[in-house]
Amino acid sequence: MSIEVRIPTILRPYTKEQKTVEAAGTTLSALITDLDAQYAGLGERLLENGALRRFINIYINDEDVRFLGGLESPLKDGDSVTILPAVAGGSIDSL
Amino acid sequence: MSLTISRAIVDAILDQSRAEYPDECCGVILGPAGADTPIRHLPMINAAHSPTFYEFDPKDLLALYREVDDKDEEIVVIYHSHTETEAYPSRTDIAYAGEPGAHYVLVSTREEIAPATEFRSYRIIDGVVTEEEVSITA
Repeated sequence: MSIEVRIPTILRPYTKEQKTVEAAGTTLSALITDLDAQYAGLGERLLENGALRRFINIYINDEDVRFLGGLESPLKDGDSVTILPAVAGGSIDSL
Repeated sequence: MSLTISRAIVDAILDQSRAEYPDECCGVILGPAGADTPIRHLPMINAAHSPTFYEFDPKDLLALYREVDDKDEEIVVIYHSHTETEAYPSRTDIAYAGEPGAHYVLVSTREEIAPATEFRSYRIIDGVVTEEEVSITA
């Protein structure tokens, strides 16, 4: 089982600057566990308290995983996963 | 560190900011990969439709990155407007800044300085904000 994962610039220091890596897992959660095992620290940049981080968007093929079941989104061989930093902000100091 | 940008694109962004008032406006300027040259202005929809927050719709974001890859371009500038406050990155802006290679441009069209406007550019890397010079060309 092999899934292609596209890594954004900001996370490439974790993947030795590789733009695309391979990982395995039948759910997004399992895939992130595998990614973190291969590239230590990457998991923490995607998850916070066991949930997907607000600042990161993850897509399976072309679909936002928020609409596919979040961390429980199913994966199958040949799927493509894309990780992108959210582009957001604003004048309010809400954080 | 500096940003060189055309007067036409600066004016288009300021016009967009006024047109979308009181909501914040946002967008990107693309250029050939590796050239750090902002050429193609692409206004984006503020999916938050808010005077204090902006966000690219996740679907638009994916389409944008696909297009940039397909055309061998890069995101040179990510911009948004502050409609009531200074053109300086807020804590929210800094927390979200996820493109270490991009120039983060903030414009302000707030009333208290009208008809003057602000157009300022920053690098935001690992939470550190560094303002840079903006050169506007004809």
